[in-house]
Amino acid sequence: MGYPHQPHQRETTVLSRYFGDAEARTLAGWKSRGGYQALEKALAMAPADIVNVVKESGLRGRGGAGFPTGMKWSFMKPGDGKPHYLCCNADESEPGTFKDRELMRWTPHALVEGCAIGAYAIGAETAYIYIRGEFTEPLYWMNEAVKEAYAAGIIGKNAMGTGKRIDVHVHKGAGAYICGEETALMNSLEGRRGNPRIKPPFPAVSGLFGMPTTINNVETLIAAIPILMNGADWYKKMSLSNPKSTGTKLYSVCGNIERPGTYEVVMGFPFRDFLYDVCGGPLPGRKFKAVIPGGVSVPIQTMEEAEASLMDYEGFVAQGSMLGSGGVIVIDDAQSMVAVIARIARFFAHESCAQCTQCREGTAWTTKILERIRDGQGTTEDLDTLLDIAEQMTGKTICVLSDSCATPVVSGIKKFGREFGELIQGRTYVSVIEAVA
Amino acid sequence: MTAPVETKMITLTIEGRQVTVPEGTTILEAAKQVGVLIPHYCYHPGLPVAGVCRMCLVDVEKAPKLAPSCATTVAEGQVVTVHNEKSLEARKGVLEMLLINHPLDCPICDQSGECELQDYTYQEGREDSRYREPKRFNPAEDFGGDVVYVPNRCILCTRCVRFMDDLAHDPVLNVSERGDRALIGKFDGKDLTHPWAANVVDLCPVGALLSKDFLNKARAWELDRTASICPNCTQGCNVMMETRENQLVRMRPRPNEYVNAFFMCDYGRLNYRWMNEKDRVEQPMVRQGGALAPTSWERGIAAAAAVLKGKRVFVAASPMLSNEALFLLAQLMAAGSFRVTEGDEAPLPGIDDLALRRERAANVNGAETLGFTKTRDLLGGLGQGDVLLVAGEDLAGIDAGVLAKASAIVVIGSVLPAATNAAVVLPIANFAEEEGTVTNLRGRVQRFSQARQAPGEARPSWLVLGDLLGAMGKQSSFFLPSDVFARLASTNKAFAGLSYDTLGFKGLPLATAQASGPKAPLAMGAR
Repeated sequence: MGYPHQPHQRETTVLSRYFGDAEARTLAGWKSRGGYQALEKALAMAPADIVNVVKESGLRGRGGAGFPTGMKWSFMKPGDGKPHYLCCNADESEPGTFKDRELMRWTPHALVEGCAIGAYAIGAETAYIYIRGEFTEPLYWMNEAVKEAYAAGIIGKNAMGTGKRIDVHVHKGAGAYICGEETALMNSLEGRRGNPRIKPPFPAVSGLFGMPTTINNVETLIAAIPILMNGADWYKKMSLSNPKSTGTKLYSVCGNIERPGTYEVVMGFPFRDFLYDVCGGPLPGRKFKAVIPGGVSVPIQTMEEAEASLMDYEGFVAQGSMLGSGGVIVIDDAQSMVAVIARIARFFAHESCAQCTQCREGTAWTTKILERIRDGQGTTEDLDTLLDIAEQMTGKTICVLSDSCATPVVSGIKKFGREFGELIQGRTYVSVIEAVA
Repeated sequence: MTAPVETKMITLTIEGRQVTVPEGTTILEAAKQVGVLIPHYCYHPGLPVAGVCRMCLVDVEKAPKLAPSCATTVAEGQVVTVHNEKSLEARKGVLEMLLINHPLDCPICDQSGECELQDYTYQEGREDSRYREPKRFNPAEDFGGDVVYVPNRCILCTRCVRFMDDLAHDPVLNVSERGDRALIGKFDGKDLTHPWAANVVDLCPVGALLSKDFLNKARAWELDRTASICPNCTQGCNVMMETRENQLVRMRPRPNEYVNAFFMCDYGRLNYRWMNEKDRVEQPMVRQGGALAPTSWERGIAAAAAVLKGKRVFVAASPMLSNEALFLLAQLMAAGSFRVTEGDEAPLPGIDDLALRRERAANVNGAETLGFTKTRDLLGGLGQGDVLLVAGEDLAGIDAGVLAKASAIVVIGSVLPAATNAAVVLPIANFAEEEGTVTNLRGRVQRFSQARQAPGEARPSWLVLGDLLGAMGKQSSFFLPSDVFARLASTNKAFAGLSYDTLGFKGLPLATAQASGPKAPLAMGAR
């Protein structure tokens, strides 16, 4: 997908409408496209009413977990005498995911507006946008947008002349995947090492600087704008499947596919049509082999599963995976699944924060075994060991990074075991002691 | 005083045993109360909770996942299982992972025998490893102070980091790098030179942080351990004196929430060699024809009694002597004084009222309570013609001219003071060689015990002084130091109500001391 952006006719461009439109980046351009009207409307509402509209709309977190946004906001009790904080998680680091980058590159003011609406709704006067360290271009545009919004009095001490204070700060991360985990993000913002915290306490009780905090994904916050403008019903109707998944979702598509890029479709869109029609199908002469539909943390799908999936929270789960962040990675028949999974494991081994034993040691161990198998030195015992390590790495640590490493390994071995078998070819492990004797 | 806040009590079941604990207690601490030790590494009752080793995972009924018992507080009616298959498998997994990069060099590791990784692996771990890859290697590093770091053995529990951050308030250590490359690092230009830094060696559950002083000196199983008190300042930290073949080789802190929590300072810890002193008086001696000649205890005591009897006695005592010895001494003297070596005070800021104290002796408070005068001029009170009784004092730096004022000198000590013309010398045990009590600066009376044997014929100070009192016709029938203490408690109001039995091994405050609660609660809450 190049720019100027030509959306596919089956896309529903709500959030991605101005992708490729350089004018939308500026305050004037954003305003002339209807920008900041939602904020104006929001500031005239009671915060609880905003929360209710978002609740009604069925909007769910777009960062991966899919937690209902309105409910998350309602955990913030107004008037508890403490400062509240909104953190925007713009540390988009999940391999295969680059939708937030596009949102920030092309519509930085939308994020400023979304943050302001979210902050006001949860009773926060301060919002932090924690942006991935490698995102130099989005960082530039976000800084520009915040500067412009302050200068125009849209945010600041007297936001849009309403006397309400909303500060938005952009914070550049230092390059750690784990800082996209919400509690690690807060530690990082506070100037500590970006290690996830033990929960409870949950951020809504004790978050940033020990105060009630809500963390939302970029896409989630921006989605609040059209919801406020057009109403919850309008948003709810944008679903082809079930009432639990509403609205549109951005997908970043990469891998062995004809037209990689960022796409926006309504919830419940058939994944088969998405892959073959919207994204143009496989490269010439190749065949799809597997798809990772939501960033590398989710289980790998076989093509059978992928083609039967509906693109929403429940649809992917029904077909053995998860919607995740919407980072679609397509793998075709020219690739070795073992090599792909080994590479994914290496990523997690590199990014583990090293707090929990299972994660620190398990991710690295998994990587070493997978790479050995990939290089033709695997043994039949290795697969059992891998599955057992994966079991140890699941559900036992502070955050889900180690679970995320185990997931593709388990699904990969279960669904593509033949490829592992071919590389191992019945070799069994002989210990040094046995070999000498 | 404000009314105590009513603490809600929670009843739960751990390993089939019912236990009732205050609300907010962790499962791990509650389990200890019913005699269940949940294996753990990163948790330490004196440090903030980290919850990172994942060793203390237990099965809580109805919970979807295993719970880290160090970071999970108790709930009413909870049913916790520590030793079922699910939690055992999880801990076995943690142990295997901790060992994949850990060298199996126990035979040359100082921690061997007191290593929690070793203990739990034998207890719950796999008999073999499935790890076939090369192990990670990092070179050992001098961390400054008394500490050396062996990263290969490190399990990243971060106890050391938390100690330096939260208790020493001197952030020197950090976790550097990520993933399995992670190791404990030192911030640029910083060293473990904090006066309390060596506690990280005790806190380290494995052999990653080692004491340079103790390095390769002894195996843990060769040591004899004696519960005692650090004699090196007036704080009175509770310690274990560890000996090998009758030589003190290490002192380590012993928990006492009223005095030192779980810690002791480096000065106290490393200052144990004097108790192994070599130039000892080993036999009673009397002056015959201008020279000191060995004699028997009976004759020595009799000779000393003869010198002292009917004379005005001035005592130069040592603040290292026990309450018992000082109490008996006080009955012999007309006047007595002592002096104390001084140094800089060095607090451990994370614990209230815990410091290496300026006065570097165990029983300054006891000596003053028992009527001795603290002075810089030790013999200032010595009258012309007095008999000088030197007890535990080496008289270093004392002018021979001042000594000449004494009509006679009797020495009761472990070493022979230089430049004395003693008439009688009675050898006594030093601090590590006898039993007794000392009174710390806050008036807490604490028992110390015998960690090594005194050389030659040297006897405990209380025994020698008891015999001397007897020989002088003053009533004396002491067979044990506890007898002396019982007499002290019955005659001195400050000690009223105390006895060896009630003192136990955590001590009690003097009747005259200000009462204070524990300074370090058993478990500190999560950060």
